[in-house]
Amino acid sequence: MGGEITKRKRSQDLAAPGGTSPASPERGRNLETNGVLEYAPAPEAIDHVRIAPRQDLFIAGTWREPRAGKYTAAISPSTEEQLAEIAEADERDVDDAVRAAQRAHEKYWSKSRPAERAKYLFRVARAIQEKARELAIVESMNGGKPIKESRDVDVPLAAAHFFYHAGWADKLDLAFAGRAWRPLGVAGQIIPWNFPLLMAAWKVAPALACGNTVVLKPAETTPLTALLLARIVEEAELPPGVVNVVTGAGATGAAVAAHPGVRKVAFTGSTEVGKRLQHAVAGTKKRLTLELGGKAANIVFADAPVDQAIEGIVNGIYFNQGHVCCAGSRLLVEESAHDLVVRKLKDRMALLRVGDPLDKNTDVGAIHSLPQLRKIEELVASGEKEGADRFSVSCALPRAGYWFPPTLFTGVAQSTRIAREEIFGPVLSVLTFRTPEEAVEKANGTMYGLSAGVWTDKGAKLFWMAQRLKAGVVWGNTYNKFDPAAAFGGYKESGFGREGGRQGLSAYVELS
Amino acid sequence: MTTRESSLSRYGSSTRAAPVPIFYPARPPVDQVGVEERAASLAKRSLKKASKVAALRLAVRMMDLTTLEGKDTPGKVRALSRKAAAPLATDATLGFCAAICVYPNLVPVAKRALAGTTVKVASVATAFPSGQSPLDVKLADVRRAVELGADEIDMVIDRGAMLAGEYTRVFEEIAATKEACAGAHLKVILETGELGAYDVVRRASEIAIAAGADFIKTSTGKISPAATPAVTLVMLEAIRDTYVATGRRIGMKPAGGVRTAKQAIHYLVLVKETLGDAWLTPELFRFGASALLNDVLMQLEKERTGVYQAAEDFSKD
Amino acid sequence: MAKAYKMFVGGSFVRSESGRYVQVRGSPAESADPQVVNVPRGSRKDARDAVVAARAAADGWAARTAYNRGQILYRLAEVMESRAGELRASLVRAGVPTRDASREVDVAVDRAVYYAGFCDKFQALLASHNPVSGPHFGFSLVEPMGVVAVVAPARPALLGLVSAVLPVVAGGNVCVVVAGADDPRTAVLWCECLATSDVPGGVVNVLTGEAAEIAPHLAKHREVAALDAWSADRALLVALERDASGSVKRVRTHDETAASRIASDAGQGLGFIETFLETKTVWHPVGT
Repeated sequence: MGGEITKRKRSQDLAAPGGTSPASPERGRNLETNGVLEYAPAPEAIDHVRIAPRQDLFIAGTWREPRAGKYTAAISPSTEEQLAEIAEADERDVDDAVRAAQRAHEKYWSKSRPAERAKYLFRVARAIQEKARELAIVESMNGGKPIKESRDVDVPLAAAHFFYHAGWADKLDLAFAGRAWRPLGVAGQIIPWNFPLLMAAWKVAPALACGNTVVLKPAETTPLTALLLARIVEEAELPPGVVNVVTGAGATGAAVAAHPGVRKVAFTGSTEVGKRLQHAVAGTKKRLTLELGGKAANIVFADAPVDQAIEGIVNGIYFNQGHVCCAGSRLLVEESAHDLVVRKLKDRMALLRVGDPLDKNTDVGAIHSLPQLRKIEELVASGEKEGADRFSVSCALPRAGYWFPPTLFTGVAQSTRIAREEIFGPVLSVLTFRTPEEAVEKANGTMYGLSAGVWTDKGAKLFWMAQRLKAGVVWGNTYNKFDPAAAFGGYKESGFGREGGRQGLSAYVELS
Repeated sequence: MTTRESSLSRYGSSTRAAPVPIFYPARPPVDQVGVEERAASLAKRSLKKASKVAALRLAVRMMDLTTLEGKDTPGKVRALSRKAAAPLATDATLGFCAAICVYPNLVPVAKRALAGTTVKVASVATAFPSGQSPLDVKLADVRRAVELGADEIDMVIDRGAMLAGEYTRVFEEIAATKEACAGAHLKVILETGELGAYDVVRRASEIAIAAGADFIKTSTGKISPAATPAVTLVMLEAIRDTYVATGRRIGMKPAGGVRTAKQAIHYLVLVKETLGDAWLTPELFRFGASALLNDVLMQLEKERTGVYQAAEDFSKD
Repeated sequence: MAKAYKMFVGGSFVRSESGRYVQVRGSPAESADPQVVNVPRGSRKDARDAVVAARAAADGWAARTAYNRGQILYRLAEVMESRAGELRASLVRAGVPTRDASREVDVAVDRAVYYAGFCDKFQALLASHNPVSGPHFGFSLVEPMGVVAVVAPARPALLGLVSAVLPVVAGGNVCVVVAGADDPRTAVLWCECLATSDVPGGVVNVLTGEAAEIAPHLAKHREVAALDAWSADRALLVALERDASGSVKRVRTHDETAASRIASDAGQGLGFIETFLETKTVWHPVGT
């Protein structure tokens, strides 16, 4: 099992003090990390968490076997051990779920007082907080992300999303600039594997707050926390059918989107699948929101607070192993600061601790699946072939499981695959620019438009950049910040519709 | 050309034409939220069992046991010296604290009490804690402390000059103090709690380093806030950039406000993940503290025995 | 003297590059027009050229102050009103009863005034300060999408066109419009209003011809960010939606009854602007 980090002895150049010639930052000395103080493994205790070996579908408030009786394995990407068997819902199961949601909508949820709906959602938020530790552990086991992220980011934010949207339920008359609203009905929600619980919260909370009922389809590989959320919904005594969870792969998701009883389809995932979904729902009058891929530029000017920028760059691309749609996967650095930034970045990367997701000191966990690992490897190979310079952190990787060391490429041309395609892994491409105009042009030179980062100490320049970047989220002197009160979503082929904030509510209502 | 002259010209006020030894493209701005976030994130590093014990034992050896009160007496300083020389009566392998830190008048007492040990005697000087005296008075203060036997001098910078933008004056005072130290180790107290912003801390760090500081130190302990993880991180980053550019290793001393073993470990993690393990030595990192030692000893005993300790079991010197 | 009817692209009146035309019949009453006029039948390449013109105008239009855009749209309303007689006659010529035509022109002018006054208001209604949990200042603001393709409703010819186009440009977008096939002459006449107001060339580009021929190219065009499809042709709407999915276009379709409500208050509003705006969320630390 992981958690073991190699001692990285680095050569040091002991020059005489008070250097007499101007030293280029590139010529610098390296810092040693040679084991005066080692962090021993600090595994999160998991003995209090029990994962049921067989997980069924949650339909109409009951746990049900799939009609076809088919189950698939959910495994831990850090150990390759099976965690549970997961039901695979077919069209009949989906039909049951949608009908249950329709009944729940007509019978209870659309008739319930908004303030009552709010209370249910508050209760769910509280229960997530109460079960935070269990949820975090299961999330890390199933998804491979470091426990410090699931503990400090995913789970608290999921609770916050329910808490935030609960409060909207009885204030929707104020939310749409005087326009009348009504719920849409049944929302079919298909979510990805990179933030399994958090994406469920992003989808379910606003839908319920606006009086819709939902059929949630988690990613086939990471259903465990969504199923725990279903348990919470059950324990919070939401009326049966208000939330239904159908597990399965792409076919299950397609069945959810295609069901005529579904009035709204919300999808987070790849641009490729998003396009297929948009094509599929054409002409059905179903409402659709898509949160798709990205290839975000993280733009660093020479006048940036450079040490904080380094943190932002690292957080931007190595957070959640880079399995983040808004990952800052293209570092655009002002040419005059390139050498300095790259040196500092490499020094910082050497400190990243890759390994056991359940170790509290782990910074970078397991790659989510074997196919994803292969895709990353393939793109990294293409980067090498296309002539970019690769730097990967040299650390011991656990034998079992799927791993990829934090990596960056310098000397990347704008036209190469690693600069254009979403890698969805811990791989950063470094490009340079000379002027703010050039930075904007390069940042916008992609089919995606989900997010961007700008690092500069100059306020006017930051706003100038923020205005011109075609991205749904612009982080100025920070990166990868999320909050239920702040709308999130993309421009261009990163999708449409927003999640979070007042703006996110419109995806779940019909306005007149 | 001396290093001092060339360093001075960086601050733009020297009339001497000298090549500017730029070791950094520009003094980088410091973003408060970002640096505090990074510092806080390192508090989440988990050190357990052996690594925790190693860290705490190291912390003991990095301690500048401090008493800086008007009511300090020879008796108090002798007791503190004994504690520094043998922090834990039951465990001789623990070693001893790095230094004790006192006012100049008590340096001879400490020197006598610590004779035969390697515990250093540090003295505050330069009109500590305000620094608001004429330079000749401050330098006399330093010279006397050294004559009285101080191995290390903890000076204060002139914060008034710093905030008034008189960087040359700040620089020159430090350089003159360094000269007055005549071989004694110089720690330069920035009194970060009075500087108001991290940008000023960063600038003051660079001035102190350029003027010849062996250590830079956060605080006198008389002003709140004193040491914080974030301000320490800003100073560590200045030290790192200096090292990378010049090879010079400057020491760091957070002082004031570090009271618990948990905090101490947090600081060690900050050092490890900013400067690397080479700085994890009393030669390059110190804690200025009075209450910290007992909490560290308590935690060490807890680790050794598995039993939570009572505060009364540890001598208050 | 009979007038030649041309499409309006990049601020100029142009023939179709294809050289094709459609014949439009109408009553010549109150007009020097003959019974039959030839109107350009726009092609795929005309659509392409119109997108180029729109793209060229997009940044400048978006960069104008909202106040300035409001004044320009108000100027358009003034021009429309000054040419009300002509617009009315054009509608009558296409078979609209005189009273209805009068009313349609009046409402169209009012609508232009409505959107003129909306140019600097919708931002305040749609933007937000985001009370995020942390030391960050966050806000979400709205921005135009860029080039929007509009398939205008066939009827009402003037009001439909005005109601579809103005919220799009009030939001700071530029557009390429396929005018309704029933009465392209009135559409061209309205373009003359645009040309003599201060709307910069390329902000509104109007093609005449068959929506079924032109619109799919716009729906597929990667430089077109969004599509507003008013058409009674259901098969066309579905095809356009599918075409649009290839570039994740924002699509708004309108059902058959939408055009009939267009003269009422339901035919205008914040929602028509909002549909073609992107929301951008900006975060920044708050510190010293």
